[in-house]
Amino acid sequence: MRKKQPRVLPRSIIAGMAFVSGFCIMTIEMLGARILSPYFGGSLSVWGSIITIFMLALALGYLLGGRLSTKNPNAVTYAMFFIVAAAFSLPVILFADPIMEPIFLTIEDPRYGSLFASVFLFFIPTSILGMISPYSVRLMVESEEHSGHMAGLLYFISTLGSAVGTLGTSFYFVLWFEVNQILWGAVAALVLAGGAILLTDYVQKLNLANRNADYTKKRA
Amino acid sequence: MRIIQRSVLKQIINIILVAAFLLPYSAVLAEAIHEERSKYRDITVTQVGDRRCLLFNVHRGDRNQTCMMVEDRDLLVFDYTRMSFAGLLLKQDPEDILVIGLGGGSIPMTFADLFPNAKIDVVEIDEAVVRVAEEYFYYSDTDNMTVYVDDGRPFIKRAGIRGQKYDYIVLDAFSGDYIPEHMLTREFLEEVKTIMSEDGVLVANTFSTSRLYDHESVTYQRAFGEFYNFKLPTSGNRIIIAQLDALPPRGEMVEESRRIAPSLEKYGVPLTEYPRRLTTRVDWDMSRRELTDQYSPGNLLRDN
Repeated sequence: MRKKQPRVLPRSIIAGMAFVSGFCIMTIEMLGARILSPYFGGSLSVWGSIITIFMLALALGYLLGGRLSTKNPNAVTYAMFFIVAAAFSLPVILFADPIMEPIFLTIEDPRYGSLFASVFLFFIPTSILGMISPYSVRLMVESEEHSGHMAGLLYFISTLGSAVGTLGTSFYFVLWFEVNQILWGAVAALVLAGGAILLTDYVQKLNLANRNADYTKKRA
Repeated sequence: MRIIQRSVLKQIINIILVAAFLLPYSAVLAEAIHEERSKYRDITVTQVGDRRCLLFNVHRGDRNQTCMMVEDRDLLVFDYTRMSFAGLLLKQDPEDILVIGLGGGSIPMTFADLFPNAKIDVVEIDEAVVRVAEEYFYYSDTDNMTVYVDDGRPFIKRAGIRGQKYDYIVLDAFSGDYIPEHMLTREFLEEVKTIMSEDGVLVANTFSTSRLYDHESVTYQRAFGEFYNFKLPTSGNRIIIAQLDALPPRGEMVEESRRIAPSLEKYGVPLTEYPRRLTTRVDWDMSRRELTDQYSPGNLLRDN
């Protein structure tokens, strides 16, 4: 009988992380229109730009995340997705105006203006967030037979997170907080998620080391 | 025999049900002379007798956006359109006029008629509205009047960068179902200020009900200081009239209104009645939060 691989992280942790990533993606996307509207207006094409860029970024993220998961899938890389995505989200908070202003000045057509602005503001953090999904699948799957089951479960949870993020942001957060406060919240959630993964990984490794030490002691 | 009766009965019930379902729409559909669904809204043009109206999102129960008497096209049918000319009490003979929101075009066309030499820019986000205004409401560009299909905010931002100035600005982008939240903010008003000439006037058609009234008033107050609040008992609209300079005293406006009123008579604008309706009295909750690009949930505030 083939030995099952030891799990890198508990399933509940991975599921929780999938929820957080889905939630943060849609929170940032929903705020995108609010961030772009002072420069490019509130027309339908601005939403079109944002959604297009998010879709392309996610597509690339899925591809790269899947590729990365083939080589030594581990918890530290997984945690890094969250932390690096948080870091690349900071320009949206800190440099939105200096990024959009030159684009607004050079491109007259608000359709392409908003498209370019979306690329510079959202492409990198969103594609990193997109890497989380396939990598989560890899970490959760232990055997071929249940791979579809696990992938389905993760899509379910991360899409649920997206739905909650969308509703929460558009119904409540914008009523209670400023745009940047909400973004800081998303950044904090991502950093905390990354931290939680690292901590879990550390505790697990510690336990494993102790167990191995016990085992060696017994044998000796 | 019984079976036949039952099926007939069923049919009759069906017909009644369908009729009951369609009834609320029939009143509108019967008189609609044009209907289209644009990128932003459902547009309906209706006509009853001499009165032709433009309606947005009629199935959601919106009221008339703008109306025109086909046989007396100069006449302004709605209070809020007439009220938009109250700014003339503060700024006479404007030369550079900006109107944000075309609708049926009655406001810019009245300006063009009143001041044939003035340069008028109109900004409308929905090209379908422009087409409908041209086809059904006799709007057309002239040498001095141009409509731009654009969002008001970037248009004003660009005008500011070019250093362009207007001496009469009408903001009429808020009537309708959806509020463009980026045109309610303090930052937007600061951009508007950059395109106002020193003695220019801003006339904004805004909301008179709901929490949004308070938030909006606080925001205008922070941007302009004291402004004239203009409401009529017959209208649900509230017009904000603001200037960069200090506001003129009421006495001056009374005199002005007497002088200008005759030229506005044919449009049905009772200008002499307006000065006593303009007030700087604060009747809003001043503790409400100012609307900014960071915080502008206008559509949520309207319902609460």
